[in-house]
Amino acid sequence: MSVSDPNHLNESEYVESVRRERKRSQYQSAILSVIGILGFLILWQLSLVTGLVNSRFLSSPIEVVSLFITKLTDPRPDGAVIGANIVSSLIVALSGFGLAIVIGIPLGLLMGWYKGIDSFLRPIFEIIRPIPPVSWIPLTIVWVGIGLQAKAMIVFFAAFVPCLINSYTGIRQTREVLINVAKTFGASDFTTFLKVGIPYSMTMTFAGVKVAIGNAWATLVAAEMLAASSGLGYMILMGRQFGRVDLVILGIAVIGLIGTLITIIINAVENKILGWRKL
Amino acid sequence: MDKSRVKLKVDNISQSYVVGDEVLDAILNVSFDVYDNEFLVILGPGNCGKTVLLNVIGGLEKPTGGKLYLDGEEIVGSDKRISMVFQELALMPWKTVMENVEFGLQIEGVDKKTRREIAQKYIDLVQLTGFEKSYPSQLSGGMKQRVGIARAYTSNPEILLMDEPFGQLDAQTRYSMQEEIQKIWQQEKRTILFVTNNIEEAIYLGDRIILMSKSPGKIKEIYDIDLPRPRNSMDPEFLAIRKEVSENTDLAL
Repeated sequence: MSVSDPNHLNESEYVESVRRERKRSQYQSAILSVIGILGFLILWQLSLVTGLVNSRFLSSPIEVVSLFITKLTDPRPDGAVIGANIVSSLIVALSGFGLAIVIGIPLGLLMGWYKGIDSFLRPIFEIIRPIPPVSWIPLTIVWVGIGLQAKAMIVFFAAFVPCLINSYTGIRQTREVLINVAKTFGASDFTTFLKVGIPYSMTMTFAGVKVAIGNAWATLVAAEMLAASSGLGYMILMGRQFGRVDLVILGIAVIGLIGTLITIIINAVENKILGWRKL
Repeated sequence: MDKSRVKLKVDNISQSYVVGDEVLDAILNVSFDVYDNEFLVILGPGNCGKTVLLNVIGGLEKPTGGKLYLDGEEIVGSDKRISMVFQELALMPWKTVMENVEFGLQIEGVDKKTRREIAQKYIDLVQLTGFEKSYPSQLSGGMKQRVGIARAYTSNPEILLMDEPFGQLDAQTRYSMQEEIQKIWQQEKRTILFVTNNIEEAIYLGDRIILMSKSPGKIKEIYDIDLPRPRNSMDPEFLAIRKEVSENTDLAL
């Protein structure tokens, strides 16, 4: 017997008991998470029921959920059902975010690898970098109005910076010795860039993508509150104008939930691509 | 070893760097011949320019003076016939053992099926069969260095450069890897240039030992080691050579 333990279990029983123990601890932490959320909602509901908080300023979770159900089919008062608002926001966020990835990451990688490109572009980038994305709003309205393009552009500015910085930093950290390995095999500089530099940078790049999607989603609402005719941010703005606190809270809650969902998806993609890190 | 055939001629190589306002000579006027299928050890204290010399031969650094001849022809920069095993465990962490080993062939553009076959042969040779799909982080230090050796062999080089390949291994693993590399070399004869700062390792492995002095790195002495293989480090002759080399070696600070 390879495993010795006080209860004299054989190996498969021992494996089974460890597995059961792990499952139990996973189960426990899941229960705790659910209790956490439920507790928060109950406290929220109680604070209104007991009159601790004036219902003019805050609606209860039950009201928000029932409004969500109503809004599934009812376009009032902002003019669109909740599904349409979500889709409209997602399209804006994902097109700006997608553009940031497609432009930001390759640019960062090239700047990080090729000194000439770095010297040429870095000063411009350093000036653009500290500008808050929302300060582009007035200019984009002048340029392209308040349609999809304008909002996507603002989201792009917000997501572009972390994409570029992280891929740039990531590829610059490529270990010299790995580059030398490629060189001794006669790889050209470009092949080394593709086969060593880019894969090496992926850990950092992905961290940047995560920051970027967060920024994109956050900036989206700002963009929609200032210049839009649909979307979650627009719905929140309308809620304020009509004095509908429940509509505002519904908008916030949906934004939070979708943000969480996106993070889960990105994490899954990351585990797929960077699975080797976990081993 | 065939002393009549010079495989690599190192001719008056110097390498210096500008540090601040000064020129610092890392190696100065180093010349020697490497014979075909020889196991040549370059021995020296830390900072004597051993690694610089190897990097120059491997084409990673351009020397400030001197020339290199492979089979009588001058070579400049990295050459496909020369392959390198690195001091650090220079494996790509995102690649499996198989993907790391076939890397050189992939760069050369060899098709997947062929390169897998060749890589498998060398994975078997370094006794990593069954670990093809493992990632480097799942391997021990000794196994990682075996991957490095297999990778260097896979591109079918005529000369293998090894830069303190066992420097980061614990003593026990180091001994077994020394035996291992000797066996591999006896099975797959290549010319090996092996850099180390360990005198015993040098005498255990080398057909010849080039002893270098430090700053700037120069050749101090060349020893022929005529002991039969595998060598025994307790053998009186081994110990006598060890004493001789040891007394002649500069101390690293």
